[in-house]
Amino acid sequence: MLRPSLMAAALAVALPALSANAHADADLDALRVELQEMKSTYEARIQALEKRLEAAESQAGTAQIQAEAAQSQAQAAQAQAEQAAARPSEPTRSNAFNPDISLILQGRYSYLEDGADRSITGYLPTGVEDLVRGFSVDESELVLSASVDPYFRGQLNAVLVDDSVEIEEAWFQTLGLGHGLSIKGGRFKSAIGYQNEQHPHAWDFATNNLVYEALFGEGYVEDGLQLKWLAPTDIFLEFGTEFGDGGRFPSTEHDSNGFSSYTLFGHVGGDVGASNSWRAGLSYLHADPQGRPFEGSDLNDVGVTGEFSGTSRTWLADFVWKWAPEGNATQQNFKFAAEYFQRSESGELSCNDAGADPSLCSGGITGSYSADNQSGFYAQGVYQFMPRWRVGYRYDQLFRGDVTFNGADAGTTLASLADYKPHRNTLMVDYSPSEFSRLRLQYQLDEAHQGLTESQYFVQYIYSLGSHGAHKF
Amino acid sequence: MKNHVMKAPVVKTLGHLLLLAACVPGAAHAALKVFACEPEWGALVKEIGGEQVSVYTATTAMQDPHQIQARPSLIARARNADLLVCTGAELEIGWLPVILGESGNPAIQPGQPGQFFAANYVAMLEKPAALDRSAGDVHAGGNPHIQTDPRNFTRVGAALVHNMAQLDPEQAAFYQARWKDFSTRWQAAIARWEAQAAPLRGVPVVVQHKAFPYLQNWLGLKEVAVLEPKPGVEPSLASLAAVKAQLARAPARMVIRAVYQPARPSEWIAREADLKQVALPFTVGGDAQANDLFGLFDDTINRLLAGGS
Repeated sequence: MLRPSLMAAALAVALPALSANAHADADLDALRVELQEMKSTYEARIQALEKRLEAAESQAGTAQIQAEAAQSQAQAAQAQAEQAAARPSEPTRSNAFNPDISLILQGRYSYLEDGADRSITGYLPTGVEDLVRGFSVDESELVLSASVDPYFRGQLNAVLVDDSVEIEEAWFQTLGLGHGLSIKGGRFKSAIGYQNEQHPHAWDFATNNLVYEALFGEGYVEDGLQLKWLAPTDIFLEFGTEFGDGGRFPSTEHDSNGFSSYTLFGHVGGDVGASNSWRAGLSYLHADPQGRPFEGSDLNDVGVTGEFSGTSRTWLADFVWKWAPEGNATQQNFKFAAEYFQRSESGELSCNDAGADPSLCSGGITGSYSADNQSGFYAQGVYQFMPRWRVGYRYDQLFRGDVTFNGADAGTTLASLADYKPHRNTLMVDYSPSEFSRLRLQYQLDEAHQGLTESQYFVQYIYSLGSHGAHKF
Repeated sequence: MKNHVMKAPVVKTLGHLLLLAACVPGAAHAALKVFACEPEWGALVKEIGGEQVSVYTATTAMQDPHQIQARPSLIARARNADLLVCTGAELEIGWLPVILGESGNPAIQPGQPGQFFAANYVAMLEKPAALDRSAGDVHAGGNPHIQTDPRNFTRVGAALVHNMAQLDPEQAAFYQARWKDFSTRWQAAIARWEAQAAPLRGVPVVVQHKAFPYLQNWLGLKEVAVLEPKPGVEPSLASLAAVKAQLARAPARMVIRAVYQPARPSEWIAREADLKQVALPFTVGGDAQANDLFGLFDDTINRLLAGGS
C-alpha cells in the first residue's frame, strides 16, 4: 500500500538529483532541502508504520508474518530513500572544515616518601620537575590537526598546566613531494629512538624510563626542520635528519642564525608472518649547549649550581617487537621494547654555591668537564592477557661512565656526579574500559639516586575525548 | 660564487639518483600497484584488474578491522602504491592517518584519484542521529561493514573501475571489459543467492557485533538482539544474561558472528538460549571456501541456511 508510492517518490527524486550535478549550486541546495524534507517525511511515516507493526506483533501471531514482510518492505523503501538522498549529500556546514580536535585528560595519585631527592646520580640534571605526592593533575593535552591544503598537513599539541600553556608540538608536514620524501617544520618531537615521538599519554607506564629521563627529561623536541626519506622497498626503511634550535636539554638556544643541534636517524622494520611485527633503529643527536644550567650537590651535600658549555653526542639504538595471534590484537597481544644509549659530553663546567652555605665550589670554579661512555638501557614487556587488561614490567639501568671535572673524577668534588649505577624496577597493570579510557596501577622501586631505595605507588587515569586519534606503531 | 658552481651538478645528480631509485622497481611493465585496506577490496581490484594490477592487502579476515596497528610494513607498502582502496566511514581511523602521513606518497593523499573509499558510494545504514561516545564505538558516517551486501560491490566497483582507468589510461579498456564481465556474472550470482536465501527472510537472529546490518537488510534477516552491550564493548555476563532473558520471551534461530571475533559469547548464548552458532567468513579469506568474492557469498549463504534450518 505504502511501498509503490515511496519507491516512485525515491526514484523521482534520485533521477533529477543525479543530473543536477551539472547545474548551479543554488539548484543543488534547493534539491537538498527538498530531499531532506522528503526523507524526514518518509522516516516519520516509516516510524509510524513500524509502531503499528509492533502493536500488531504483540496482538496476534498470524499478523506477525505480514508485519515482518511489511517491515522489510519499509526498510527497503527507507534504504532507497536514503540512497537517493545520499547521492548529492556533501557536507554543507561551514564548520565542516574545522580541524580534528582531541583532548587528553590525565591525572594521578602518587604515594611517595617525604622530601626524597630523586635526582639521577652521576648525570647532569635535565631540570625537568620532580614527582608530586598525593593527588595531582598531569598535563592536559589539546591536539588539533587537519590537512592545510593538498600540499601540507598541520598539527598542534598544546599542553595545559597551571598558569601556562606550553606548545609541545606545532608543525607542518609536506604531502606532495613524492619519492618517499617529506619535510616537517616547526616544533616537533624528534624521530630519534622509539619512545621519543610518543606523548606521555601513550606511554605504557605512568612514569618515564631512566634513559629518557637522564638524556632529555621527557623527550627531545626540536624547533627546526626534519627531512625524511622512505626507501622504495617492501621492507620498511627510512632515513632522516633534523636540525634546529630547540633549546631543550641536552641542547640550549643559541643567539645565532645557525642551528644548535642536529640529528641523524634510520629505522628498519617489517613483519614475520601474520602474528609478528618489529622495528629497529639507530639515531645520533649532536648538540652544542651554551650556558646550560645545572644544579647538584657537593660531597657534604651542600647545594651547588653552575653552567655547562660544550658538546654533547648521543647514540641511541632502539628495538620494538609486537606479537598478536594472527595479527588480531583485540584479545591478546604482547609488546617488547628496548633502547640503549651511549653519550659523551665534553666542555667547560662552572660551579658555585647555590645558597648561603659555603660549598666545595665556594668562590666559583670553572674547569674542563668530560663525561665519556655514559650509557644505559631500558627493556620493557607489556602483555594483554585478556581484553581490556594488560600487565607490564620494565627494568631501567644507567652506567655513569668516566666523568671528570677539573682533571679529577667529578665524584671527588660533587656527590651528584658520583660513580653509581642508577636503576629501577617497575610493575604495572592497566585496565581500559574502552579505547578512550585507561586506568593504571603502578609500583616502582626507584634506586636512581645514590642512597635512595624508594617504593613508589601510582594510580593513574588517562581519558581521550573528541576525535579518534591514530597512534604510531 | 664558487660554491654555487660546485653545488648545482651535485644537486642535479642527487635528483637523478632519487628519480632512478623511484622508477627502477616498476620500470619493466608497470602494473598498477594497489594498497587494499581490507581483503574484500583487494579481491574486487583483482577481479577488475587481473594481471595488470599488483595488490597488497593490509589486513586479513582474522583481524578486527577496527584495531589495526600502523605497522612499519604497511607504511613501506603505502609508499609505493598508485591506488589506495579502503572502506572509509572511519573504519580505518585508528591507523590509516599515520600510514598516509608517513608514506611520503602524494598519489594516495585525500582528494587524489589514488585515494578511494568504498563507503562513499553506497547508502550507509545506521547513521547515528546523535554522536556521543557514551553510545560506544559509533561511526559518524554510519555502519562501515558494507561488504556483507553483494549489491554494494556493484556500486563500489562501478566507481572503482573509473579511478583505475584514470590512473592507468593504457589499460582503461581492459579494466572496463573485465568489469563488464564481472558485473554480469555478479548480477547472476546475486539472483542465485537471493533465490537460495529466500527461506531466510524474516528469520530472527542474534548478532555478536553490529557487523551485519547490510546482510540483514539484503536477505531480510531480523536482528532481535546484539550480544555487545554497546558497539565495540565486549559482552559481559550481565549483558549476556539480559539477552538470554529477552530471547526467552521472543526466541531467535541463530547467533551470528564474524570469524575474527571471539567464540565464547556466541557459544554461551547458543547453549543457554538453544541457538545455532554461525561463524561467517565476513570477508575474503575468512575460511577455506571464501577464497574469492563469489566464494565469500556462496559460503555465507550456505552457513546461514545451515543455521536457519
